[in-house]
Amino acid sequence: MVQLRLPKNSRMTTGKTWPKPEGATNVRKFQIYRWNPDEGDNPRVDTYFVDLDDCGPMVLDALIYIKNKIDPTLTFRRSCREGICGSCAMNIDGINTLACIYGMDEVKGDVKIYPLPHMPVVKDLIPDLTHFYAQHASIMPWLETKTNRPAKEWKQSIEDREKLDGLYECVMCASCSTACPSYWWNGDKYLGPAALLHAYRWIIDSRDEATGERLDDLEDPFKLYRCHTIMNCTKTCPKGLNPAKAIAEIKKMMVERAV
Amino acid sequence: MRYLTARKRAEGLGAAHSGTEHHWYMTVSAVGLALIVPAFLFLFGRALGGSYQDVTATFAHPAMAILTLLVLFVGLQHFRRGAQTMIEDYSRGMTRKVLIISVTVLSYGLIATGIFAVLKLAL
Repeated sequence: MVQLRLPKNSRMTTGKTWPKPEGATNVRKFQIYRWNPDEGDNPRVDTYFVDLDDCGPMVLDALIYIKNKIDPTLTFRRSCREGICGSCAMNIDGINTLACIYGMDEVKGDVKIYPLPHMPVVKDLIPDLTHFYAQHASIMPWLETKTNRPAKEWKQSIEDREKLDGLYECVMCASCSTACPSYWWNGDKYLGPAALLHAYRWIIDSRDEATGERLDDLEDPFKLYRCHTIMNCTKTCPKGLNPAKAIAEIKKMMVERAV
Repeated sequence: MRYLTARKRAEGLGAAHSGTEHHWYMTVSAVGLALIVPAFLFLFGRALGGSYQDVTATFAHPAMAILTLLVLFVGLQHFRRGAQTMIEDYSRGMTRKVLIISVTVLSYGLIATGIFAVLKLAL
């Protein structure tokens, strides 16, 4: 059932305001969601001040600055710092994006950072993506073939390879799925834009021989048809991909084989 | 507390192998309604303000009667399926099933009432 208010123990409170860095003249205010399951308190929003003269330009640089120089308990995922690993996805200034490729100058006013919406929180800015990854695994994200393995390689024309552009680049950061209201309300059954984009990537792969089975597995009022073309996924994708189009293409293929 | 693996939860009960017919019906009925609703509104609007005899004569015309029946039937079928989608979006369990049954009964009830009314006027 849709919930319009957060549960009582999830409602946010005002947290600690940390002092400004000494001697800093060029500072930026950050308001960051904090929650520690070991403390048993409600989530809070802590306020930090980052010295921009001693920090890189990206939001992730500021988070690393805060962790290294102000509050070592701040917890977040990060790895590649160049938009490839998808680890540092979070909600910045109301937009799900990757902190490593989102510049502080893109935010007007205070920088407000929350974990990806509508997911269970492990700690601070870390969402629990277990179900999200299991959904991705359920769409069989690998090449399925029935023909005997060729002596050299599975060949693919240049034109067929080009069909994978705009799909293979997805880094599974979960920004799109957690921006989708349908995924918020029915994420237990609806696969969400990320898993469906990956499903389409394998459906249209000219080398894959399980197209029918893949479509069979997706033909469901909830797994696929919860998508109502809201387009939040496409709007928020930090890699500039178009999951909504991929889902629409799957729906077209469903109609194609039925009508 | 159930000790289910993440994969087991993600797979759920598997695919229902349905939904395409619903999706296609909504697409086709939307196109159909886009064509017949403006025509119906135009003819209905022309009859507005007329005398009782004028209005009954308008609805007694075969073209208007058929158009009205089409708008009623296709429109309410479109409503029924659209409402079902909304109910599935926002409710769960027994509430979902009761609401879907209710909206189905309401839709078919309105269709039957409309058909009766148009036939009474037309015949």
